Amino acid sequence: MIMAEFNIKHTLDCSGLLCPMPVVKTKKTIQTMEIGEILEMIATDPGAMPDMEAWAKQTRHELLESRDEGGKYRFFIKKTH
Amino acid sequence: MASAPDNDKPRRLALISSKGTLDWAYPPFILASAAAAMDWEVAIFFTFFGLPLLKKDLDPKVSPLGNPAMPMKMPFGPEGFQQINWPMPNILMANMPGFESVATGLMKKMFKNKGVATIDELREACVDMDVRLIGCQMTMDVFGFSREDFIDAAEIGGAATFLAYAADADVSLFI
Repeated sequence: MIMAEFNIKHTLDCSGLLCPMPVVKTKKTIQTMEIGEILEMIATDPGAMPDMEAWAKQTRHELLESRDEGGKYRFFIKKTH
Repeated sequence: MASAPDNDKPRRLALISSKGTLDWAYPPFILASAAAAMDWEVAIFFTFFGLPLLKKDLDPKVSPLGNPAMPMKMPFGPEGFQQINWPMPNILMANMPGFESVATGLMKKMFKNKGVATIDELREACVDMDVRLIGCQMTMDVFGFSREDFIDAAEIGGAATFLAYAADADVSLFI
């Protein structure tokens, strides 16, 4: 499988954190970013997969890709507004 | 801040927090911070035993009494040992001095080990994200609290204040 490469401007490591901290920290980081920039967020809580999808749908930032790397989840989010 | 691009009204969450034990303190703060992280407007109305959650010195305890399904697990030792569910009969918990602080300590340790944020951290996140924290004036009067007991971010109001906010809410929950 070929994975897209993104021009990552910001990285946020939420490893070891449980709900709701990954979405809370993602929001805080997104606030500091410019429109169009991409955030890479890493989490270890399996709940982050459905939660980040819901978060992106609600906030209308773009979840470009979610990767399940076996115990580690990687999200690429584009700030849209 | 940043609302949706097409000027839609943000969604609104209205919560009532009515219980102040450690276990019951989590749901309102978790839901409020998650909703605020999704750019929702959020208010929590703290009433009756929920009101102390607005105190400057936050120290919620867990009460094993009345939680008959509460699993008691040890947050230390080998994994097999940690997985054991210790049966805790109410008669024992009701009569053993200090049991509440033991149970509180065990739960806090277990939460910390697993990566759950503390109530303090979640409350701070709520304040950061402009969640409205409304303390119930009537409860203050009944239990003898004063404004100075509570964090600066708290506002004081009554049932009408909450209802006026909740009237336009998309989600309302009593916790």
